[in-house]
Amino acid sequence: MLASSASPVGATGPAGLIGIEGRVGVSKPDPIVVADGIVRRFGGVTAVSVDHLEFQRGAITALIGPNGAGKTTFFNLLSCFDQPQEGSWSFNGTPLRGVAPHKVARMGLIRTFQLTKVLSKMTVLENMRLGATGQRGERFFAGFARSLWSRQEQEITGRADELLERFKMHHMREQFAGQMSGGQRKLLEMARALMTSPELVMLDEPMAGVNPALKQSLLGHVKSLRDEGRTVIFVEHDMDMVFDISDWVVVMAEGRVIAEGTPEQIGQNQAVIDAYLGTNHDKELDGDMGNTTPGGPSDE
Amino acid sequence: MNWTSILIATVSASIGPLAVANILAAQGLNIHYGYAGLFNFGQAGFMAVGAYGVAITCASSEAGGYGAPLWAGVCVAILAAVVLALLMGLPALRLRGDYLAIVTIATSEIIRLMLRSEAISDFAGGNSGVNGFANDFFAASWFTNGKRFEWGPFSYLGKDLWVMLIGWIVVAVFALVTFFLMRSPWGRVLRSVRENEDAARSLGKNAQAFKLQALVLGGVMGAGGGIMLALFQNLAVPDDYVTRTTFIAYAAVILGGAARVGGPVIGGVIWYTAFQFMLSLTDEAKRNDLLPESLAPNAALLPFVFLGIALMCLVIFRPQGIFGDRKEVELDAR
Ligand SMILES: Nc1ncnc2c1ncn2[C@@H]1O[C@H](COP(=O)(O)OP(=O)(O)OP(=O)(O)O)[C@@H](O)[C@H]1O
Ligand SMILES: [Mg+2]
Repeated sequence: MLASSASPVGATGPAGLIGIEGRVGVSKPDPIVVADGIVRRFGGVTAVSVDHLEFQRGAITALIGPNGAGKTTFFNLLSCFDQPQEGSWSFNGTPLRGVAPHKVARMGLIRTFQLTKVLSKMTVLENMRLGATGQRGERFFAGFARSLWSRQEQEITGRADELLERFKMHHMREQFAGQMSGGQRKLLEMARALMTSPELVMLDEPMAGVNPALKQSLLGHVKSLRDEGRTVIFVEHDMDMVFDISDWVVVMAEGRVIAEGTPEQIGQNQAVIDAYLGTNHDKELDGDMGNTTPGGPSDE
Repeated sequence: MNWTSILIATVSASIGPLAVANILAAQGLNIHYGYAGLFNFGQAGFMAVGAYGVAITCASSEAGGYGAPLWAGVCVAILAAVVLALLMGLPALRLRGDYLAIVTIATSEIIRLMLRSEAISDFAGGNSGVNGFANDFFAASWFTNGKRFEWGPFSYLGKDLWVMLIGWIVVAVFALVTFFLMRSPWGRVLRSVRENEDAARSLGKNAQAFKLQALVLGGVMGAGGGIMLALFQNLAVPDDYVTRTTFIAYAAVILGGAARVGGPVIGGVIWYTAFQFMLSLTDEAKRNDLLPESLAPNAALLPFVFLGIALMCLVIFRPQGIFGDRKEVELDAR
């Protein structure tokens, strides 16, 4: 990694975040998503109100905050599944306001849902195949001519099998997704999202309900996404995961971004501890942060 | 009671022209409701558009038509169904599913009432409809139209046989179209849209476009049913396209099993078997004074009562229909 202390302008990935000031709204050397003045109100409740926020390309950014902080709403807005009252945001420099969600997905911004949306009446394998983009057989008239899409279908199936293997779900490939447990659905949804080969993956609580043993390997998968050059933004309440794998942490509370910075900076931020981590947590965190190696074995 | 005549009537009706027209419309509904999850309660509207498309295009100019050849009439009918699907779909598919049900049932009634109206009766013939446009069709028949063809106790008129032959070929074509489309990636996206539009969108699929394509395809199949019915009767009348026609097509889909290619085919045959059986049975019973006095004046409605009860039992005890997979039906979207 390019570990220069004064990060050069344009440095991509986690390297670009080194030495950046942990201040809300700070600009990143190579932002993939930029949000400006986004306000989303539900009746009288302002669910999201973000002045300026940038997400670094090629890095893993965690979005944390208490229940009801507006994290999911913010995800919905960025992926165009919901429209804000005010504000603008862009992905790779393309303004996304008013763009249809499926077009956003085709641009390479793929999100998963906090409440999983697996397709229960389709098998695991069909769920996976559905994820692949640019399928010729998805056009109405081409659908009739198997010869037009059977080769591509084979490639897609091969890729699906690889991913299922990686997520240890290969033995369930012919089962209906509706027969899976909650945690397995989380995994399937994440694997299915990866079928699209996304540039940016937005995961809403990927670890919720996933057992500890699998969590470790999932963490590995998420890191490998970064190694493949993809950008990851995830929402998570599991602080072990947040401090273990993220390069940058954004903290939301009551719809606003109250802090951002490296995991170390956030762990010591008094405002964050007050708003989110709570007084019970700060001893634990101090201990964690003391050994300066986020990513060290967690004691759970 | 003459059981033989009841049985003969029943078997003849089970694969007869009326069953065929119903099966064609039901295959369209199978695309809408079974595969795409669209609640189209206006299939009768698509049938009407198909029937009148052929009728008006092909009827002679004295009868208010254009005297065009049959193929032109079929093209007009299909085009009209496509336009109708777009007209209904573009606004209504953006709304939640139950709104589509309201829009479609209202549209089909509007079409029927318009066809009945005096204002355009020069054109559509009002109450009595348009007739005498199927002469080309029957002229092409391979059978002598007026002759009775007999197989043991069963017999059909040549003209009915011709309608049945063409009709069953079209049934087979629609079933093949459905089969090939639904096992393709196109069908996979459609099923994903049925289950969860947001999931499909999050993977870059244009859910709206797929629903619209499905609405058009199923609507064209519905028009096919209307065309067959009109040709068989050599007559297009508005009151063949009441909402009951839609519900009978639904009954075929649900009986056979939704989202199964063979579902509407078997379901349609069973419906007409059961219906004709009940009809002949009540007829015979009435003739032999076996019906209680209070029921006798309404005997014609009894088949609907019994079949309604049977359909309720089916939905309760075998919700997947005959071909469906119970496990699949019971998988809920948690
Ligand atoms: N569709 C909606 N209608 C009304 N209010 C909503 C809606 N969606 C979210 N909200 C409100 O917006 C606020 C933020 O909700 P959001 O789901 O974004 O929180 P979150 O940070 O994802 O919380 P959690 O960690 O529990 O998932 C909450 O106060 C919620 O009540
Ligand atoms: Mg949430």
